[in-house]
Amino acid sequence: MKKRVLFTTIAALTAAAMCGCGSSDTPNGEVIVYNWGEYIDPEVIEMFEAEFGIDVIYDEYETNETMYPKVEAGAATYDLVCPSDYMIDKMIENDLLQELNFDNIPNAKANIGASYWEQSEQFDPGNKYSVPYCWGTVGILYNKTMVSEPITSWDVLWDEQYADNILMQDSVRDAFMVALKRNGASMNTTDTAELEAAKEELIAQKPLVQAYVVDQVRDKMIGNESAIGVIYSGEAIYTQRENSDLEYVIPEEGTNVWIDSWVMLKDAPNKENAEKFINFLCRPDIALKNFEYITYSTPNVAAQELIEDEDIKNSPIAFPDLTQYENMETFLYLGEEFDENLNELWKQVKSN
Amino acid sequence: MNKKWLSAPYLVWAVAFIILPLLMVVYYGLTDKTGAFTLENFLAMGTPEHLKALGLSLLLSLISTIICLLLAYPLAMILVASNTSKTSFVVLLVILPMWMNFLLRTMAWQTLLEKNGVINGILTFLHLPNHNLINTPGAIVLGMVYNFLPFMVLPIYNVLAKIDKNVINAARDLGANGIQTFCKITLPLSIPGIVSGITMVFVPALTTFVISNLLGGSKILLIGNVIEQEFTTASNWHLGSGLSLMLMVFIIISMVISSLFDKDGEGSAL
Repeated sequence: MKKRVLFTTIAALTAAAMCGCGSSDTPNGEVIVYNWGEYIDPEVIEMFEAEFGIDVIYDEYETNETMYPKVEAGAATYDLVCPSDYMIDKMIENDLLQELNFDNIPNAKANIGASYWEQSEQFDPGNKYSVPYCWGTVGILYNKTMVSEPITSWDVLWDEQYADNILMQDSVRDAFMVALKRNGASMNTTDTAELEAAKEELIAQKPLVQAYVVDQVRDKMIGNESAIGVIYSGEAIYTQRENSDLEYVIPEEGTNVWIDSWVMLKDAPNKENAEKFINFLCRPDIALKNFEYITYSTPNVAAQELIEDEDIKNSPIAFPDLTQYENMETFLYLGEEFDENLNELWKQVKSN
Repeated sequence: MNKKWLSAPYLVWAVAFIILPLLMVVYYGLTDKTGAFTLENFLAMGTPEHLKALGLSLLLSLISTIICLLLAYPLAMILVASNTSKTSFVVLLVILPMWMNFLLRTMAWQTLLEKNGVINGILTFLHLPNHNLINTPGAIVLGMVYNFLPFMVLPIYNVLAKIDKNVINAARDLGANGIQTFCKITLPLSIPGIVSGITMVFVPALTTFVISNLLGGSKILLIGNVIEQEFTTASNWHLGSGLSLMLMVFIIISMVISSLFDKDGEGSAL
């Protein structure tokens, strides 16, 4: 790939003088991890470092879309990344990933539920590249003191009485998912008319939106800054813990069921350490510890069994019974041209 | 005497961190995804949503430049007129916020302007109606003025401080009143400072994307946001580079204007 060659040359030229290979007290080398923001218990990393003598170099991103160009251009070297479903699809298609050797990751197949492997087949046929880490839905978080009637539908995000009290996701596919689902379309549609209609809906909604944010939905909802926000289910338990007025619903028109999974990059320099890291995260006690910290639903059924709080263990937010919904979907990668078109439409929404 | 080697580190620095990256931007700007030559990335500035973002950026940065000038000039005059120990203290106050990170200061404004923020909290306490301050163009202008004001104050202060007091005294001796002295002596002599101040406020305000993101709630798209998103979320570095180069045209124009007025480079001394 041309971009990569050019970039590496320049990077090599400019960085030649900077030698950053510091020796440390970790005898077994390192593993370089690129994960979502606040998506692991820092203690888990420390425990891994102590147990295996492997230094974890940890970096974070906010959306799949910001992660991809960095990994694709080879601007930085990583071993493990934790993208969502459709992005894994895209990375497989663009030959950025390597197949995992599950013999070295025995905890994965042993502890992660069969339904999650099945769901992963949609973007990773044969379950060759990815190990499910977290999953969940996208829904509406609302403040019971500011919203009178019970919310059941995406329609509330277009309700004028909540003008300036709505937080939308500042992430292309999530924003369009809301509008498409509300119109009864598939979130994976490539139909121009349906996408145009969704764009018009989002433009119509814009005057009512307080802000387009990603991770800040959580803090703003906790701080009573807004009445309604579009949020990932994993944040719901945490926000409710901080502010008991908050309630999470899965809208009746259906929503996105997503999976974030660990994948190994093709040119990962620390393959064995990376396998150890995934295997460690799949250990039930570690997965449980992680779940309690990040509160995103774990596909690790062995860990779910260990949850002591019955309310959370059987929570319909953290572990919804998906068989009762008929209109759930998972994002699919729909090609580069589609991505470009969607970005263009999103830009039109934002500049309006 | 050959002391040219002394400049070698700076040359290496300039080549590695200014020239090469710039050439990369030019390369990306002039090619498409297949690597073929194209001018499309430049022409993309003409699409309605880009023009709108550019227009809004020009408008907001112009407004904040004017506000900065109106605030900075009297302050600089007061500083020059007052005695020295006080002056250095006030200059320190102007610079002091810059010791803190730019991002943190902008995020602090978020806390101040929010619905349940400090300002609305005070208004509620005084039984006054709350105002919707954040996520408006006004909040962005406020952020720009706050962040870039020192860059206007310091060059103007420098130029005013250098004006020979005898010139002003001569004007007064020859019968000019205060207003005439200001219009005919002080103001013309301070133009280099004003021009360099305008450039130093206008350029970063024109290209900012952090201020509009944090204080505009991502609802208000400036040209800086468009370019940032092409690089980060849309992963179209070619379009982002093309737009950046087009934006540089506007910056170069303001530099040219600046150099016309500021022939001696007086104002550029910060």
